[in-house]
Amino acid sequence: MKLKGWKELTPGAVVTEPGSSKKFKTGSWRAFKPKWIEENCIQCLFCWIYCPDMAVKVKDGKRGEFDYDYCKGCGICALECPGKKGNKAIVMEEEGK
Amino acid sequence: MSTPLSIKELSKKEERFTAGHRMCAGCGAPTVVKMVLMATEYPVIAANATGCLEVSTCIQQFTSWNIPWIHNAFENAAATLSGVETMYRSLKKQGKIDKEIKFIAFGGDGGTYDIGFQSLSGAMERGHDMLYICYDNGAYMNTGIQRSSATPLGADTTTCPVGSANPGKVQERKDLTRIMAAHGIPYVAQASPSNWSDLMKKVKKAHEIKGPKFMNIIAPCNRGWRSKTDDAITLSRIAVNTCYWPLFEIEDGVTRVTYKPKEKKPLVDFLKPQGRFKHLFAPENEWLLNKAQEVVDKNWERLLREEEFTAPRSE
Repeated sequence: MKLKGWKELTPGAVVTEPGSSKKFKTGSWRAFKPKWIEENCIQCLFCWIYCPDMAVKVKDGKRGEFDYDYCKGCGICALECPGKKGNKAIVMEEEGK
Repeated sequence: MSTPLSIKELSKKEERFTAGHRMCAGCGAPTVVKMVLMATEYPVIAANATGCLEVSTCIQQFTSWNIPWIHNAFENAAATLSGVETMYRSLKKQGKIDKEIKFIAFGGDGGTYDIGFQSLSGAMERGHDMLYICYDNGAYMNTGIQRSSATPLGADTTTCPVGSANPGKVQERKDLTRIMAAHGIPYVAQASPSNWSDLMKKVKKAHEIKGPKFMNIIAPCNRGWRSKTDDAITLSRIAVNTCYWPLFEIEDGVTRVTYKPKEKKPLVDFLKPQGRFKHLFAPENEWLLNKAQEVVDKNWERLLREEEFTAPRSE
């Protein structure tokens, strides 16, 4: 990724494109990776509401996969997941294993 | 037209705070901001005091804000937004704008309790139609965990380090929520991201009230609190259940506790998972541990009495 030189910057360093940080992928920060186990998921969407990195995809009110481009692997989703009958729908796994 | 506060419906809304920000993994603040911005349908303009949230959500060329957002300096988020709000009122009067726009200022505890306090106090006194959100993580986390006036009693920080001469912060934390209530503004509330529905209800309510509003929201910081990365929400829940961080609102002078834990947990539950309180469990610091519990009990009792005292009488 090439950064802009000072001549190309806007006056006052104003950023004119809202939500542009999506171009910056933070997924490489991750040391632990959350894994979604669909059969244990009760669709409570707590993982979605508590995720600090907006890395849980939800479509039409249904939970989808993780967005590993942005997930930093903090593990909040896995800890907050109520699961089904005591079986978590999200577990953390070490990256690269 | 407003979205009901159900997770399913909320998840269909467009994101106002996007991914790709560079807050630490497991930070509580982005969750707070996301919930606050999600709670309303109105167009929102935000201002941000310097702090973690500001420096890591708007690094040149990239912004995580899907709304107009302005950063000024550490001490004047409230003053800046007062100006924006005043201009909006003027343009509205001139007929150049007819949209109903809401204004939110975000600040950390450093930018709110300490450095930005005078501008916040001024904005509230002048009665600008805005909502100020303080995300309280209890120290200057951005610059390396220096104590602030929001740092709780007994906490270890880099400017009140624990050692043989000093058992951590020896002062109690400033009760900013009550100080803001003392301004006589129409709405003041305290919330926690663990109780997301309560938080969003309060934001929604605040937007419907004309005039200055203030909300104080706990935002755990695993770096500064020396806790695990996955427990931001759990810790804020424990903070609520131990009554360290009671959930309440003060509307036109009437105090209402919005959540009363079924069983008030001992403060130790909140202190134990955090490395910054590790030293409190040494035998020589037992007095400080007891004092911390006493402070929480005292504040909780006072809050309950206040609720009783201010409740509207039916005659």
